[in-house]
Amino acid sequence: MSPVFMLSLRSIANRRLSAALTVVAVALAVALLLGVERLRNDARAGFAQTISATDLVVGARSGPVQLLLYSVFHIGDATANLSWASIEHVAALPQVKWLVPLALGDSHRGHRVVGTTTDFFAQYRHGEGRSLVFAAGGPFAGATARVEDLFQTVIGAEVAARHGYRLGERIVLSHGGGAGEGGARFAEHADKPFTVVGILAPSATPLDRAVLVSLEGLEAIHVDWHGGAPIPGLKITPEQVRKFDLRPKSVTAALVGLHSRSAVFRVQRQINAYAGEPLTAILPGATLQQLWDLVGIAERALLAVSALVVVVGLTGMVAVVLASLGERRRELAILRALGASPREVFALLALESLLLATAGIALGLGLLYGAGAALAPWLAAQHGLQPSLGWPAAGEWRLLGAVLAASLVASLLPALRAYRQSLADGMTVRT
Amino acid sequence: MSAAVRAHPTPAVRISGLRYRWPGSAQDCLAIDALQLGAGERVFLRGPSGSGKTTLLSLVGGVILPQAGTVEVGGQALGALSAGARDRFRADHVGFVFQLFNLLPWLSARDNILLACRFAPQRRARIAAAGSTPAAEAARLAARLDLGVELLERPAMQLSVGQQQRVAAARALIGRPGLVVADEPTSALDADRQQAFIDLLLDECAAVGAALLFVSHDQRLAAHFDRVLDLGALVRAGLAAEDAR
Repeated sequence: MSPVFMLSLRSIANRRLSAALTVVAVALAVALLLGVERLRNDARAGFAQTISATDLVVGARSGPVQLLLYSVFHIGDATANLSWASIEHVAALPQVKWLVPLALGDSHRGHRVVGTTTDFFAQYRHGEGRSLVFAAGGPFAGATARVEDLFQTVIGAEVAARHGYRLGERIVLSHGGGAGEGGARFAEHADKPFTVVGILAPSATPLDRAVLVSLEGLEAIHVDWHGGAPIPGLKITPEQVRKFDLRPKSVTAALVGLHSRSAVFRVQRQINAYAGEPLTAILPGATLQQLWDLVGIAERALLAVSALVVVVGLTGMVAVVLASLGERRRELAILRALGASPREVFALLALESLLLATAGIALGLGLLYGAGAALAPWLAAQHGLQPSLGWPAAGEWRLLGAVLAASLVASLLPALRAYRQSLADGMTVRT
Repeated sequence: MSAAVRAHPTPAVRISGLRYRWPGSAQDCLAIDALQLGAGERVFLRGPSGSGKTTLLSLVGGVILPQAGTVEVGGQALGALSAGARDRFRADHVGFVFQLFNLLPWLSARDNILLACRFAPQRRARIAAAGSTPAAEAARLAARLDLGVELLERPAMQLSVGQQQRVAAARALIGRPGLVVADEPTSALDADRQQAFIDLLLDECAAVGAALLFVSHDQRLAAHFDRVLDLGALVRAGLAAEDAR
């Protein structure tokens, strides 16, 4: 072992308390930086995969981001609906393989109610092609349901967890609302409660917070309504609604899957140019990217802050090593007398800082993986997030390299000072 | 003694025409026309503080170079070596014992002794040539200097001043350097232990064949040396010669 390396280790061992604290500070900073980077990537991936395997989202004419926000993320409201005739037109296009209509507008205790068909459970994909999974029960009855099965609902994991709902629970939908618990809520459909028949497993998508019902059920609770309010004096019992035409007259949006992805732009043009009604069709992937560019500023700010924390950690390390230099002047003079060159004194100090920084980085990585492994089951169960526990990704390696380079630069500071000091002092410290 | 002289036939130290001034200083602080230490010779150099003692030791160690004149150690002109080579040369051929703070406090006494070998390949080579190892040699020297085995394991900061000075002596002597320079090594010791330490140092230098340059302001310690010189007088003579020129 080179004398410099041996002396570095022994000198660190001698100051083990301050060295340990320094290492912990650097480790926490590194864990924070990499954790933020990792969460950032996971969040971006999760966000981009909120909806997958859907080729087009169709809605009334509006901006693409707005359409995506209300149809997929359940944020904001549609400015207009599309007629059922438009839905039938799009569904009849030869390139279209499947179409799932979505009807929004009602809520349950602040959760969005999504009216859709049973196809939704078959076609909706998130993540890398993952289907929706039922934690309990199954889908609601379809379009041909008998009247007693009309009022069935499937609720998201968070809805169930938050209100303690189980299968068989009867819940009442409210007209309008959905802007959170305190949002505008109008009348309640108290006369026609829905029975919970299915609870979805966490998917880390907006569906965790959604209440899903059939389009017909949604239509049925509105038969005695007009213009957003119950028609006074008219009361239609659940038993009677089957006599009405429960086919939806309009919906809010539709998810569309094609036979071949290559036709997506052609179909998009066809829908946008549809003469019967002004429509907008968007590619969800592209629009998600657009949206992420908007919200991504926050994650970049977070990364910048954690980079600053690393700088603070390294500054603390430099301060500790520099502070020790004063009391170590005599030690360095002894080493000079024993034949250590100023260059070796330089190397000794640089190596000490570098060892501390590397230990900090290693411990930080350990903390990150330890925390990741410890929290993984909880994250998966509570939030449907799958934290990546593989080798650091390219971006993380780059960050690690940057931290290492920064600690190298930082370690030069005390080394340079010790070098100058030992050149001036020689073998004896003049005090 | 005779074996030692054969091992170091050239003078241990030879200084001639030396002039040194600190950077930024207007006049020379050290001027020695001639100073020589024979191989294995033990010289007491009386130097009151302010006589340029520290400067002389730095020059002999090759930490600094004079503006004029030559310093030879073991026949090697230090001015002919690069700074790095002078460091290596000092490690290999000169052992130092200072007044205080000789040891790295957080290393054990043994590791402090062995530290002298770490930067000095030739010390290690001489130990190997004698059929020993640095560790065994450190133990042997420690035993001769009356340092118990259990003391060797202790961190240097736990040792008494007298023990520390003996560890420093062992470190200076390990690997048989041609020259040991001692700078007031006894001033931190009790009066009754001073002579004992000097006797040990003299004996061990003789045993390894090293010349000893013992610098002190205390004339009373000069009794057992081969020769006694006065640094103040040397420098005065040098400066006078300078003025005369």
